[in-house]
Amino acid sequence: MIELLQFLGKATRKSFKKLGRATFFLLEIISGIASVIPRPRLLLKQLYSVGVLSFLIIVISGIFVGMVLGLQGYYTLSDFGAEETLGVMVAASLVRELGPVVSALLFAGRAGSALTAEIGLMKATEQLSGMEMMAVDPIKRIISPRFLAGLISMPILSALFSAVGIIGGQLVGSGLLGVDEGAYWSQMQANIDFEGDIVNGILKSLVFGFVASWIALFEGYDAIPTSEGVSRATTRTVVNSAFSILGLDFLLTALMFGDN
Amino acid sequence: MQHTKTQDTLVGLFVASGIAGLFFLALQVSNLSSFVDQDSYAVTARFENSGGLKVKSPVSAAGVKIGQVSSINFDPKTYQSIVTLNIYSQYNNLPEDTTASIFTAGLLGEQYVNLDAGGSDSFLKNGSKIEITQSAIILEKAIGQFLFKSAEEKAQAKK
Repeated sequence: MIELLQFLGKATRKSFKKLGRATFFLLEIISGIASVIPRPRLLLKQLYSVGVLSFLIIVISGIFVGMVLGLQGYYTLSDFGAEETLGVMVAASLVRELGPVVSALLFAGRAGSALTAEIGLMKATEQLSGMEMMAVDPIKRIISPRFLAGLISMPILSALFSAVGIIGGQLVGSGLLGVDEGAYWSQMQANIDFEGDIVNGILKSLVFGFVASWIALFEGYDAIPTSEGVSRATTRTVVNSAFSILGLDFLLTALMFGDN
Repeated sequence: MQHTKTQDTLVGLFVASGIAGLFFLALQVSNLSSFVDQDSYAVTARFENSGGLKVKSPVSAAGVKIGQVSSINFDPKTYQSIVTLNIYSQYNNLPEDTTASIFTAGLLGEQYVNLDAGGSDSFLKNGSKIEITQSAIILEKAIGQFLFKSAEEKAQAKK
């Protein structure tokens, strides 16, 4: 019994310690961002590896998610004779929820795990301490550009995901199932609000980008510098990012869409 | 050098596609395009019951959207609902004795204010009131009345 309590206490203490380390790490990253701005080439390189390389998976998943939404929405809505509102359903679910959430999950899997592995390996091969020896701050040089790149890429990827998904839904809805194309778009335009829906969706994706890149970078930086440690850190990145994204999504949805 | 140039191009394409996606969402998907702030003037109308009317509900005449509802308030003195309609300035020749009624688009659609032009020579302007109104039809009430009536008829037929 006592052992169980001890175990619980130790686990709590450890997780709080980790949270504290992560917070200080975040503060360092943010203060390091200022030194990225005079060197845009560092940021550009990371935008390429974080953003551009995630482009394809986001676009392809977006099309398929949109097409599935179109199919499923059509089957349900046609029971009520409301096929014309398919556009609203597809666009609202993509712009509000699926766009930010699914693209953030894909981002965590595609870019987050790569970031953790990269930084974990840098630590394991002592490149980070090597940099410190040469009086180069690894946070400013390595971490902050990657963080900023994640923060910038995420809203772009999410907007792309939603846009492509809506087109995919239209392809299936009006191309395959015979929903009137004009009704698809006009119902959507009448019911999707720019500030209420689209801006909130983009805000959500900004938050997810922040959290996903923070977790990925911290897990890499905090990894035990062995091959096993890096592999564990990579797993933790994906798991923790998924949890935080889904949990935060619930909170943000309750905050943003709760009052109407 | 060549390598960073292709990288630059790809990053540029990536950011541009993101902006294009956002523009697509803003203009094609949302109501932003129809949200251009049009000059309008405000007219009030009192209804016994404004039903499911909401702020931003459309105001239409002869099926054409000519404005939108800007506020709905309850008047504690007359127990009526005061609906303020913003009508676009280009439609400034609506007669003063125009009738405002609340209709429902389709059986289950959203409610809107319909204006039927009257025959007066003077026109509605900013701040004027629409005197003749017709409340929203509350479906439950109508069904209740119908059932009550048919039951009464049946009872009479039995006698």
